[in-house]
Amino acid sequence: MRIALFVTCLADAVFPDVGRATVTLLERLGHEAVFPPTQTCCGQMHVNTGYQREAVPLVRHHVEAFEPYDVVVAPSGSCVGSVRHQHAMVARGAGDEALAGRATAVAARTYELSELLVDVLGVEDVGAYFPHRVTYHPTCHSLRMLRVDDKPLRLLRQVRGMTLLELPDADQCCGFGGTFALKNADTSTAMLADKMRNVVASGAEVATAGDSSCLMHIGGGLSRLRTGTRTLHLAEILAATA
Amino acid sequence: MGHLRGEQSFPDAARGALADSQLRRNLGHATTTIRGKRAAVVAECDDWEELRLAGEALKSSTMARLDQHLVELEERVTARGGVVHWARDAHEANAIVTRLVRETGETEVVKVKSMATQEIGLNDALAEAGITAQETDLAELIVQLGGDLGSHILVPAIHRNRAEIREIFLREMPGVDPELTAEPRRLAEAARLYLRERFLRAKVAISGANFGVAESGTLLVVESEGNGRMCLTLPETLITVMGIEKVVPTWQDLEVFLQLLPRSSTGERMNPYTSAWTGVTPGDGPQAFHLVLLDNGRTATLADEVGRAALHCIKCSACLNVCPVYERAGGHAYGSVYPGPIGAVLSPQLTGVEDNASLPYASSLCGACFDACPVRIDIPSLLVRLRAQHVDANRGGVPSPEAAAMAAASWVMADHRRFAAAETASRLGRLLGRSTGRIGSLPPPLDAWTGSRDLPRPPAESFRQWWARERGQGRARERGQS
Amino acid sequence: MSARDEVLGRIRAANSAAGHPLARPVPREYARTGTHAPGSAAVLELLRDRLVDYRATVVDAAGDVPAAIAVALAGVDGPALVPAGLPDGWVPGGVADTGFSPAELDGFAAVVTGAAAACAVTGTIALDAGPDQGRRALTLVPDVHVCVVRADQVVETVPELLARLDPVRPTTFVSGPSATSDIELHRVEGVHGPRTLIVVLDAP
Repeated sequence: MRIALFVTCLADAVFPDVGRATVTLLERLGHEAVFPPTQTCCGQMHVNTGYQREAVPLVRHHVEAFEPYDVVVAPSGSCVGSVRHQHAMVARGAGDEALAGRATAVAARTYELSELLVDVLGVEDVGAYFPHRVTYHPTCHSLRMLRVDDKPLRLLRQVRGMTLLELPDADQCCGFGGTFALKNADTSTAMLADKMRNVVASGAEVATAGDSSCLMHIGGGLSRLRTGTRTLHLAEILAATA
Repeated sequence: MGHLRGEQSFPDAARGALADSQLRRNLGHATTTIRGKRAAVVAECDDWEELRLAGEALKSSTMARLDQHLVELEERVTARGGVVHWARDAHEANAIVTRLVRETGETEVVKVKSMATQEIGLNDALAEAGITAQETDLAELIVQLGGDLGSHILVPAIHRNRAEIREIFLREMPGVDPELTAEPRRLAEAARLYLRERFLRAKVAISGANFGVAESGTLLVVESEGNGRMCLTLPETLITVMGIEKVVPTWQDLEVFLQLLPRSSTGERMNPYTSAWTGVTPGDGPQAFHLVLLDNGRTATLADEVGRAALHCIKCSACLNVCPVYERAGGHAYGSVYPGPIGAVLSPQLTGVEDNASLPYASSLCGACFDACPVRIDIPSLLVRLRAQHVDANRGGVPSPEAAAMAAASWVMADHRRFAAAETASRLGRLLGRSTGRIGSLPPPLDAWTGSRDLPRPPAESFRQWWARERGQGRARERGQS
Repeated sequence: MSARDEVLGRIRAANSAAGHPLARPVPREYARTGTHAPGSAAVLELLRDRLVDYRATVVDAAGDVPAAIAVALAGVDGPALVPAGLPDGWVPGGVADTGFSPAELDGFAAVVTGAAAACAVTGTIALDAGPDQGRRALTLVPDVHVCVVRADQVVETVPELLARLDPVRPTTFVSGPSATSDIELHRVEGVHGPRTLIVVLDAP
């Protein structure tokens, strides 16, 4: 299958390894990954911070970049959530019904990575090998906006050599929340402290999730703790081989 | 406008609460307890989602005909011997209630816990008129005796643990047993004894209402302790203050809400007591009944086609109990009688968003509130909408640093060439954190991030550069346009 | 303009501003009736279970209501209060309500009444001030409430319960004894209402 990669602005600029891992994974499964070069950002940060008007050109740009493709994947529950639940609303808010319709059509073809693998490609064993103790944090937008349910866990359970450890209070938000982490830094930090305590308590060497943004927050905190626990995106674990 | 906004912004108020480790423990313990109870009784209902859908539809349908339902309610209450009053705002409602109490000649009233009367600051208004209002709900009593403010819709004293409650009772409750222990059973017993004589001698009671049934004129109060029954049954005069959004069209509609509310609220299949009364019943209960219908910003909320969903709230407080922000910051940080996620959307709408501008941002948008809401209020979407209204209200004039940054980011990201150039520029950040691979401190405003988190050092190569190098520009372009 | 007219006007203006939302049909796909017939053994068993779960006591009448009431009142000092319309012979020595003041009601340790209906799923008893229940204050002030429920009054679900009640009657829904969750959100039984609820279940 020919699959367009929406790498997300964060992975593109800060976590390119996540995008590379996604490409490696899709190609290993026998699919063709393409990178629509005009893509930039879904505009979620603008919408969630209240700058909906500023998000309109981003939505239009995203729709134009991905309209030619039948299947789009992003290694981010949050960005797919934005495409699926916000793009049409933003377009409608700007009075552009035509754009809203196009955005809805693109959204219907856009999948988060674990959705693509399990629901579209029908794979749970992606042939990965990762000999480490890992715990999985279900990010809020994967869990409650996209309802990916246990798909990431089903994928992780098939990874050879890996010990999957339960994360206490897994469904609790890590405290990132986009600009929430800056506007309400103290509350965000308190939420992060509890998430880190649970990650450490799980006994894992690696905390994984389907969103680079939450992992940047959790990893940034863990780095201060100097416990040696690190973060890796789900795509990076699924791409790993012996 | 009443008690709907605080002195401080949410982040400032939360900072103090976060530093209070006792408060954090009390809140964590209480919310964990109630989350477990709620989950257990919700799981018992195979038709929970169907009930939620019915509750959502009932509320939105009722709002669409709110004027008709209120007129019908007024007619039925009046026909059964009650008197209906209308109040545009808190001031008018307080004036009506004060006048009604004065007309009875009494200077003491007993009160059932009521969010509407807290919202309008009724107790303060009565005190100014020389009328003592005795709160009778245990948590409200704890708050009143402690000279405190409520911090939760259902359990206003949730921020207090048993030891603190014991201290308040020993210090403030006249005639309390000096041997009082902190055992909850003993504390409840102390409240029973203290309030008993007040119930028996009360001539006037003031309540709120959970529901008002338009077709029959029936009012309902849902409670647990029996203090509500005491107030609604024993006095001669009953004054009920009800927000206009509390009306339901039919008695049958209660079959939905009386299932949704107790399970969402206290995590019980049914609360111990629900009282339903219609006007005045000769020989049974108060022989004078007044219903005050309160607007106080509700109609302004109703005017927003999306935001009006906040009026569907049945004040169960399930969203507070599952909210990670509420659990850390506590209810006082919201500065309103309506704290937590629903407060963060309801309070700014009741006051006008510019008067409560920090509340819509007091959420990580994690979505736990929407899942817990028994009437499916999409609180995260309402928060995002209010944020946009706030930003739009501040357009024109000199843009804030944030607005300038957002506009710049929008301009950059609307074009992939500009975005790629910005990525290259950001690689200057590699000068930072050269030795550790992580960036540990940044200047304001980004120090809000690095105060508690490292930032990864920008990579040597962006993804799109890698793609161009490894997969080839030409190939990518060819595929992108095929 | 009167406050009434102004508030109603604001509502109409608001609904207009919001694009005249429609009163859509309400989906009622939830369970309206139970799987067991009112008064069936399964429904009675469920009611018993739910009552006990919320700390009420259940006494089976086994055809002899007065005897079961006597058992329920065994630990009570002094005469029990009864509504004027309680069946003769249920409570020998019971004192019928003659319009006692709240303070006088407080002198009774127990009250014995009938019920209007009961719901098994939630363990709820509805009192509607019928002749065998009396005015609301009777079941509120005394510390022990003995409530006789007939099997045919017991339905399974909340919708079935409400359908049996007349909204204009003063109605009290009772689910277990008085309780509070106000201290650390732990349930504690017994605050202002009767601290002891004994249900006499009159099943054939």
